[in-house]
Amino acid sequence: MSLYAGRRRSNSIAMTLCFAAAIFGLGFLALILGTLVWRGVAGLNLAVFTEMTPPPGNEGGLLNAIAGSLVMTIIGVAIGTPLGMLAGTYMAEYGRFSKLAMVIRFINDILLSAPSIVIGLFIYELLVVRMGHFSAIAGIVALAVIVVPVVVRTTEDMLNLVPTPLREAASALGMPRSHVIRRVCYKAARAGLITGVLLAIARVSGETAPLLFTSLNNQFWSSDLNAPMASLPVVIFQFALSPYQDWQQLAWTGALLITFAVLTLSIGARWLAGKTVR
Amino acid sequence: MTQIAAIAVLIILGGVIASLVSGSIPAFKAFGFDFITTETWNPVTDKFGALASISGTITTSIIAMVIAVPIGIGVAIFLTELCPPVLRRPLGIAIELLAGIPSIIYGIWGLFVLAPFLQQYIEPALIGTFANIPGLSSVFAGPPYGIGTFTAGFVLAIMVLPFITSISRDVFETVPPVLKEAAYGVGSTTWEVVWNVVIPYTRVGVIGGVMLGLGRALGETMAVTFVIGNAHRISASILAPGTTISATIANEFTEAVGDLYTSSLIALGLILFVITFVVLAFARLMLMRIESKKGV
Repeated sequence: MSLYAGRRRSNSIAMTLCFAAAIFGLGFLALILGTLVWRGVAGLNLAVFTEMTPPPGNEGGLLNAIAGSLVMTIIGVAIGTPLGMLAGTYMAEYGRFSKLAMVIRFINDILLSAPSIVIGLFIYELLVVRMGHFSAIAGIVALAVIVVPVVVRTTEDMLNLVPTPLREAASALGMPRSHVIRRVCYKAARAGLITGVLLAIARVSGETAPLLFTSLNNQFWSSDLNAPMASLPVVIFQFALSPYQDWQQLAWTGALLITFAVLTLSIGARWLAGKTVR
Repeated sequence: MTQIAAIAVLIILGGVIASLVSGSIPAFKAFGFDFITTETWNPVTDKFGALASISGTITTSIIAMVIAVPIGIGVAIFLTELCPPVLRRPLGIAIELLAGIPSIIYGIWGLFVLAPFLQQYIEPALIGTFANIPGLSSVFAGPPYGIGTFTAGFVLAIMVLPFITSISRDVFETVPPVLKEAAYGVGSTTWEVVWNVVIPYTRVGVIGGVMLGLGRALGETMAVTFVIGNAHRISASILAPGTTISATIANEFTEAVGDLYTSSLIALGLILFVITFVVLAFARLMLMRIESKKGV
């Protein structure tokens, strides 16, 4: 009987610890989100969306940073997505079991979790040094490089979910391979493919490290892609580390905006993905 | 067409490696192998050594893993075995969403909320507790700055926690229900099922997930940059300010003047890439093994 009691006791100790771990972990994460909302909302007003980033001590907003983030994210994703989709299509449709696909899958997974600061250094060497100055273009390319592996991965996964009989049926009707892929597979996996793009947007919209030394930052409004451009994460980084109260407040507000955007995107992505798999 | 795109992915990785290597040649030429083994980092005299950054990277990651691995696996066990089914899905989704929050958010939170808290309450307690224990007293020594290696490790732990949890949960779910039912059938407690059936069955996958979290912790930049203190020296105490490879690059790259300085920073990037590449490759191999076990 004592053996049984001992087993019972170790069971309840272990389960209490697991429970405590869950409380601890989820509690911290809730705490972060709570602080973010608490400190971010305090500085949320119209000026944030209509005025430029201020010098310390002046009134101002985050308009140029928000615009810069939008521009670079959109163009970056627009460049990275087609490349990623094509590569993903190759791996799911043409070379599913080939040696090449195996190698690429492995490399792609490495790129997927490679430190983004290393990507930033790569683009710095590739573009900034050649061009002689920091520019939005370099930032865009850096983001595109980060987008590619995300899209490759989801495209491949989603195309793998398309049932083979669907392809066979289309082929039996005399459709050429490229038609089968475009008209049948893409259509069947459409929601999943969009999911991949949304996830990619969510991923790059919070990226800071690769932008620090590619697009740098800009105090003013800039629509010149060849010049440095402000972006929300970089502004947050600078403002948060500054000693000025009002800059720190803007950093918190910016952080809230980014988190809100990222969470919305990932919830949207999950919702769409749920619709595909069913 | 699609094959070209696929090969482009290979070229990108090749390009990353090639550009890092070519960028770091001047540094390695100037300092040779000493670059990795010396601690000096002095832009004024153009003497650079990576040891402080490397050791900081490894120390913060170890602290992060020591905190995050048991908790992450605990949460995963909670989610798969203990949690009421109604809460299981929402909690699982919440954790996956948290894994996607940008690291700069964790950084700003760490700087303004966590660091003052640790400085006021936790660090004095740690210093007091371990003050008379030989060995540990030097690990937890010095004034409580709030920012430092320990804080960085703590922030990293919270960052990789959702990561480790969601991967462990995924691999726990690959355990065939029959195995668990059989174990329960002979009268095992929940803990015995987890310890003797679930963990052995998924060991490879869990290690893979942990390595993946480690890869992320090693390369993490923004969260660490905020709270590490950026001091180029190796302290015995984990409460003292330090630096990591990625924090050094983020803090100093735009201010770096002179080819040797820039090149040394790129060389740091190369070292970081090599370290994470090895860890991530290992993690992927582990996870691939559990995939094939699942029989997909």
